[in-house]
Amino acid sequence: MSLGDLLQNLLFDYTLRTVALGSMVLGIVSGALGAFAMLRKQSLLGDAISHAALPGVVLAFLLTRSKESLVLILGAAIASWLATLWMFAIIRHTRIKEDAALGLVLSVFFGFGLMLLTYTQRLPDSRQAGLSTFLFGQAATLLVRDVQTMIGLGVVAILLLLAFWKEFKLLSFDREFAVSLGLPVAMLDVVLTTLLVIAIVIGLQAVGVLLMSAMVVAPAAASRQWTDRLGTMVTLSAFFGAISGLVGALISSTGTGFSTGPLVVLIASAIVLFSMFFAPNRGLFWGWVRQQRSRCQLRLENVLTDLFLLANQHGNLLHPHSIQALRAMNAGGDWVQTSLLRLKELEMVSQLDEHNWALTPKGVETARQIVNIYHPTGEGQ
Amino acid sequence: MSASQIEIQLIAIITAVACALPGVLLVLRRVSMLSDAISHTVLLGIVIGFFITEDLNSPLLIVGAAAVGVLTVTLISLLQRTRLFKEDAAIGLVFPALFSIAVLLISRYAGNVHLDTDAVLVGELAFAPFDRFIVFGRDLGPRGLYVMLGILLANLLFITLFYKELKLTTFDAGLAASLGFAPVFLHYILMSLVSLTVVGAFDIVGSILVVALIITPPAAAYLLTDDMARMIGLSVLIGTLSAISGYWLAYLLDASIAGSMATMTGVIFFLVFLFAPERGLVSTARRRVRQKWEFALTMLAIHLFNHENTSEYNEESRFEHLREHLHWDNFFATQVVQRALDSRLIQRQNGTLILTTDGRERAKTALSR
Repeated sequence: MSLGDLLQNLLFDYTLRTVALGSMVLGIVSGALGAFAMLRKQSLLGDAISHAALPGVVLAFLLTRSKESLVLILGAAIASWLATLWMFAIIRHTRIKEDAALGLVLSVFFGFGLMLLTYTQRLPDSRQAGLSTFLFGQAATLLVRDVQTMIGLGVVAILLLLAFWKEFKLLSFDREFAVSLGLPVAMLDVVLTTLLVIAIVIGLQAVGVLLMSAMVVAPAAASRQWTDRLGTMVTLSAFFGAISGLVGALISSTGTGFSTGPLVVLIASAIVLFSMFFAPNRGLFWGWVRQQRSRCQLRLENVLTDLFLLANQHGNLLHPHSIQALRAMNAGGDWVQTSLLRLKELEMVSQLDEHNWALTPKGVETARQIVNIYHPTGEGQ
Repeated sequence: MSASQIEIQLIAIITAVACALPGVLLVLRRVSMLSDAISHTVLLGIVIGFFITEDLNSPLLIVGAAAVGVLTVTLISLLQRTRLFKEDAAIGLVFPALFSIAVLLISRYAGNVHLDTDAVLVGELAFAPFDRFIVFGRDLGPRGLYVMLGILLANLLFITLFYKELKLTTFDAGLAASLGFAPVFLHYILMSLVSLTVVGAFDIVGSILVVALIITPPAAAYLLTDDMARMIGLSVLIGTLSAISGYWLAYLLDASIAGSMATMTGVIFFLVFLFAPERGLVSTARRRVRQKWEFALTMLAIHLFNHENTSEYNEESRFEHLREHLHWDNFFATQVVQRALDSRLIQRQNGTLILTTDGRERAKTALSR
């Protein structure tokens, strides 16, 4: 299928349009709120929240016998919210640390959810079929009504985020200061966590409880590499989330048999990998380039000053020396030749014959400056 | 109980114990979430192993899965070392990515083979007795029993052999390193064992629910004792209890045994969380209340003691005065005075309060501390 066909399908294929829109919405909301979660070092909270949603989904179905997405999402949200509160209570009131509290709540709620799910599956009620899609999500089952619910909840979450922007910013970067200003910090904590819960539960139907946590971490982790400003980071994170959702839905629609959830997660992970290496400033690749460049510069300076110091002993700064002498001064480094050639291009040295090199007046001037920096009262005077 | 019911419970208990042993170390080392990460990613190892051998019972699957488990831990620490991500974000990036690859591979290439994600994640203990371990035509019992027993022995051997070293590296990694023990090496052995445990349990309790058995019993035990050996013992006990009660809960509801076992670990933890003798919520709250009254009584005694034999004593020792000087409200003050009278720290005399010998002693001890 060509790219043109794909775009055409996106515009006119009803199912694909719905799925793509739904995936984008979940990417945007979880991306934006994930940025805050990451700054508050709560990336794995998303993992707990999404796993803990499972019993909520099943209980909501058991109580109402309805598979309306709003009902199931509400059930998921309540279960996740309770799990989060319990987790914070464990951390606050006992000596159990965050990691164990997270893992415990996550696995117990998930286990409880599985128990309920298997129990429900054995009930003589055919309507339960399809509840298990919440494990891995099935974007293809999204209906327009589901996407409308997602958009509605997502818009509410984003609006609340914007309304409390200043407070959340302060909470994420300097909690003590927020306390000292008299802000209702505990209340704001609960609101921000609730928003994260909303962001996660609206994605469950498409991506599933097992993978939704990635949508909280990955876009945020990628966007963090590109900027040091919160506004830019949240926007970028939402954008990365949207792109992952869209591209994941598109690839999945080409009929290759790949399901949407894992694809969306893998694309988000690919964005992280790219950002990790190529984001300006923080990117590992640019770090390596910077390192190479300064290593090269240091070698040039080394060769230049060596030549200068050798010539200085002869009383004639333009006195030539052999490359072997320079090599000997640099532990036999192979790079001496390369550095000399580069210096020749810069017109700082001249090559007299195959082996012998001498400084030019320009080279003498530069070398003198370097030597003065390192030995202010030394040989350079 | 039928023979297969006994066998299932036996496997459940052995699995729970095998999980609780490394779990104690994970909880104490504050790396519990690594077990969650590993439990997701071993799926990739199982899938790759399955593609190579095309046999779900091949031991190569276990090797592959354990290798992917170690790979997960290595990738996480590599990501952390770039300093671009914090530890939690590193964990949250690595395991969903590897897990997604596994899920895609299964859905794309193994759709019609006996390997589906549900079976791996959920597991079905109820089927374990059907898979027999047969040597020379003799039926020696269910295969899962021997697999988990082997893993349990490996974990037990590791912990007994390296008990001292593990204790040291867990509580003071810096000291351990300076004494010449190898904390990093031990850490990786531990992580390999965790991977092995998770893999072994994958078709018995499902890979995700292993996490509940690894983390929850040790977390509960951590609230009950300060001694590592005792913590291991209690974790084993709690794991065993969860296994048995989980089995019967599942039997009652006709639901997943693994899910019920995980639920029971949660229930037991919740009870411990509330009622642990020293660190439970209830006893902490009771201790706080008791301390509040004790403190108030001492304050009252000190207040009266300070003003004893002074000219303003009659003024200071009036009940109404306590509210002003100690900032107590009427109700609280009444209660404190009543308690002080009851425990014979003070006496009432013509509308003033005077200290008894006991009360004076109490004020003196409190002040001399």
